[in-house]
Amino acid sequence: MSTFLRKDPVVDPAIWWWLAAAVGVVIVPWHMQQDGMRLSGIFALFAGDADAASALGQSLFHKRFWFWPVIAALVMALTAFRPGLDRRGRGNLLLIAGLGGLIGIIAQGWFIGVRGWSYPFLERAFGDLEERQFGVGWGGAMAFAAFAALTTTGLALRGLFGGDRFVAGCVGLLIASITLFTVWPVMTILGQALRPPSDMTFSAAFMDRMFHPKVWGMACFYSGSSCGVAWNTLMLGIGTATSCTVLGLAFALVVTRTGFRFKKPLRLLTVLPIITPPFVIGLGLILIFGRSGLINQWVAALTGVELGRWIYGFNGVWLAQVFSFTPTAFLVLIGVVQGISPTMEEASQTLRADKMRTFTSVTLPLMRPGLTNAWLVVFVESLADFGNPILLGGSFGVLSTEIFFAVVGAQADFGRAGTLALILLIFAAVAFMIQRAVLGRASYVSMSGKGDSGLPTPLPDSIRRAAYCIALPWAAMTIIVYVLALAGGFVKVWGRDWTPTLSHFGRAFSLEWTSNGILWTGGAWGSFFTTIQLAAIAAPITAAIGLLAAWVLSRQQFKGKTLLEFALMLTFCVPGTVIGVAYILTYNVPPVEITGTAIILIICFVFRNLPVGVRSGMAAMSQLDKSLDEASTTLRASTFRTLTAVVLPLLKPAIVTALIYSFVRAITTVSAVIFLVSAQYEMATVFIINRAINGDYGIAIAYSTALIVLMMLAIGLIQLVVGERKIGRRTAAPDSTPDIAAPPAGARA
Amino acid sequence: MTFVPNPNAAEVRLEKITKRYGKVTAVKPLDLVIPAGSLVTLLGPSGCGKTTLLRMIAGLERSSDGKLSIGGKDVTHLSAGERNVSMVFQSYALFPHMTVLDNVAYGLISGGMKKPEAHAKAEEALTSVGLKGFGPRLPSEMSGGQQQRVAVARALVLKPDVLLFDEPLSNLDARLRRSMREEIRALQQSLGVTVVYVTHDQSEALAVSDLIVVMRAAEIAQMGTPRQLYEEPDNVFVATFMGEANHVRGTLEAETAETGTITLDGFQTRLKHRNLPSGPVDVVIRPEAIHLVDPATEGCLNGKVRTATYMGAHAEYNLDTPVGSLFVIAPEASLLRKAGDAVGVVLADRGVFAVKP
Repeated sequence: MSTFLRKDPVVDPAIWWWLAAAVGVVIVPWHMQQDGMRLSGIFALFAGDADAASALGQSLFHKRFWFWPVIAALVMALTAFRPGLDRRGRGNLLLIAGLGGLIGIIAQGWFIGVRGWSYPFLERAFGDLEERQFGVGWGGAMAFAAFAALTTTGLALRGLFGGDRFVAGCVGLLIASITLFTVWPVMTILGQALRPPSDMTFSAAFMDRMFHPKVWGMACFYSGSSCGVAWNTLMLGIGTATSCTVLGLAFALVVTRTGFRFKKPLRLLTVLPIITPPFVIGLGLILIFGRSGLINQWVAALTGVELGRWIYGFNGVWLAQVFSFTPTAFLVLIGVVQGISPTMEEASQTLRADKMRTFTSVTLPLMRPGLTNAWLVVFVESLADFGNPILLGGSFGVLSTEIFFAVVGAQADFGRAGTLALILLIFAAVAFMIQRAVLGRASYVSMSGKGDSGLPTPLPDSIRRAAYCIALPWAAMTIIVYVLALAGGFVKVWGRDWTPTLSHFGRAFSLEWTSNGILWTGGAWGSFFTTIQLAAIAAPITAAIGLLAAWVLSRQQFKGKTLLEFALMLTFCVPGTVIGVAYILTYNVPPVEITGTAIILIICFVFRNLPVGVRSGMAAMSQLDKSLDEASTTLRASTFRTLTAVVLPLLKPAIVTALIYSFVRAITTVSAVIFLVSAQYEMATVFIINRAINGDYGIAIAYSTALIVLMMLAIGLIQLVVGERKIGRRTAAPDSTPDIAAPPAGARA
Repeated sequence: MTFVPNPNAAEVRLEKITKRYGKVTAVKPLDLVIPAGSLVTLLGPSGCGKTTLLRMIAGLERSSDGKLSIGGKDVTHLSAGERNVSMVFQSYALFPHMTVLDNVAYGLISGGMKKPEAHAKAEEALTSVGLKGFGPRLPSEMSGGQQQRVAVARALVLKPDVLLFDEPLSNLDARLRRSMREEIRALQQSLGVTVVYVTHDQSEALAVSDLIVVMRAAEIAQMGTPRQLYEEPDNVFVATFMGEANHVRGTLEAETAETGTITLDGFQTRLKHRNLPSGPVDVVIRPEAIHLVDPATEGCLNGKVRTATYMGAHAEYNLDTPVGSLFVIAPEASLLRKAGDAVGVVLADRGVFAVKP
């Protein structure tokens, strides 16, 4: 009987990974070269300079013995491909050789740095090492990736991950990247916080830093001086989260439960925080309430009273954050209010409860987990916010800004930065844990995809009036702040010379036509192009890894899956400032020495925005009938083909969401990148914030306007390129806009 | 068993096949031989493990223990794509973004066939299920019954050793379900392919199967031909699952090699004892095996009508009798009795059987 089964290949396809490892070890220079990770000088086996040679070349001609284990692992891996070996045998060999290679690479990178042995005990054990080595380059990176792939292939051949090497590889990729780019940096922070200065004991130094009055002091409660930054951060977070939740609930009720006529424009508010850099509100507030702001000038002109600098400090930061994050709470709460099944309220009414009682005893309790969630989301955003506090904080310090000053200030006290980052991380992690617990118990909220019959009960009159009174003025004020913030780019000197002008745009984006072509003479072009370029590189990577992770987590079964899921979720709650400090601490020195390169920025974007990809992927995957995957599997398709031919085409809306979101957020983020930019790779937001700190608001605003326009264009372009999925009338593409804006806790700023 | 295996088809053999999820056992160790070329139904209430068993044959789930072979080849450790099986899913699982033709050709192209050849074969398969010319459509542009046929064509085009159906008719309306099950049966007969078919609908199982495997709580309750299961169930569960049945207690006294007498609270009837030992037994009585007579008739069981329901082609009664409540289907075009009437009951020869208590 003829069948249509796939045929087995002659040589195990893992041979390609072996070849990649071989190229990485034998041919390509192992270390990073002077001119960075360039493709030049690829063939480097016989390079005269030890640091420019490949691993094999270094060990053969330069007596760098520490590469021999890696080379031995490479040779061993080759024996796994000899014919006649069964699956299990090959799996064992690949596993051992792959692990050996990985351990060899990690050990040589870890133990031997720019000054020879990295640890004194090694020097004592092996004697002084004349040699030194720099960060890992193309060769090392290639070899590492290939050995990791050989390891996962070995695991799959031994029957793990359902025997599927593609799934094994995906899981390996996720574990390796989370470890390299989140766990390791966070551990470094921890180590930095625990490492004492030379003149202090370990515990004394830790206690001094951790419980310093500047951190936990409570002076503001009994005297005129200010409290510690930890208290400041908490008070700000609680204030902002509470205000935003109340405002957000009012908005959500107006939009979902009243006959308000302009619901659509109101919903547009939710898009604003996505496409505006997080400090635009801060700029707007300065232009209104600052010393030469509209209100101040007006009051001074009318009454002669100088309002002064009241906007700088807790008030201003709080106000700015409430403006910035209310749309976020609004967005979360729209889903919550819509998720309440009208039938419950109808049931309550048939049980003789009036509207008010229905609202207070049914609707509100059902929303409680959602309200808590919205509160926590905003709380974490407030913790992580960097742009508003740095613009408006004045002497009011919060953790994120203090970390920044600890690093960039004259003191460059990394121990203090590490400690503060640790405190911030703990706050965020606790909020995250509470959030998980709250959402885990919230299953009784009726969130089924099926439309419940019945109409939502109209709000009680008093509640409706209150919602209108809270939401509508605030919406108007938000619009005013945004409009004024952007208007600042079009006048000469705000507060003094109101002549309309485009000169700020000119300074930022001027062009000159010369005989040699266009000259980009504006001051902003460099950072503008860098930003677009890096964001455009990072976005597809973010979307790819995020969707892959979502697919692995929602569709594959393997041991340790819950652990992987938890680790991934935990990385989402690390605030940007913490990541920024952690990255410079970790990647300033070999073995992975990428500070100052574009790579560190791209990696930062990818791992900061990964949650969005994962979440939109998971949401989309849960709407996709699992039997589609299974049908593809029973139809002889490999896992890879199932993914590319069936799953991905059906996930187009999620892909669009992930692409847009990661692109836009790579452009608007400040908190992490402010640590990572270099003269060569400056980012737009950092450029803007530096101008704003110097009081040059015109150019800062002009640039922000340009960014907003750019992001709108990009969103349109991505939607155009990826397109709609064509599946006819049966399954309508789920509206992707709500997903876009669903904010993962703490991922912003 | 009365099925004659088809030498050109593949036999499915399960030996001590087990499935555990953590501490939960979804399928207890079971042995089962599905004869080559037969249509075997896995029948049982939801949660009995029938779908898990089917998915293990498909390779979508790996068995925790035991050995599975198809056509004499051990496939226990092969993935779904490496086994020569095809499956028709409950939801059809047609790829919504591909045309019908692309759907049917998908498996062929996955297996490495060139596109023109795959499309030609897919066209043939569509013709064989009566969907010639529907290739360029999207699945969403077809009716439920047509989608079902596309799913069957997509599975058949791969010439599988075993064709698996997971509750294929549950998304169709009652009328369409009847005609589709006849088509599936006819197609299976003409191709002679081995089919494993999961359903929870006993009338569907009776209509299509060569053999039925009734499952209960992760194990096999009984396996046999439709007739064996309906007329000679091994236990009360199978008897009640295979059709409406009354279940009463009685005492059996064996008389000859084949027959014995059942005593039900003074009322006696004779039936096959099927080698049950004398003593207390469970007696299963099909509702159509109860005949209502004049209460004065000699030797009958006396009872009283509790409820009477007019059902069009027949009438249904619930009776209170000394042996318990009895449900009766009487071939009466109009209701002859009403609630409160005294009736006599006698039992037919067929449709009454003793099972192990």
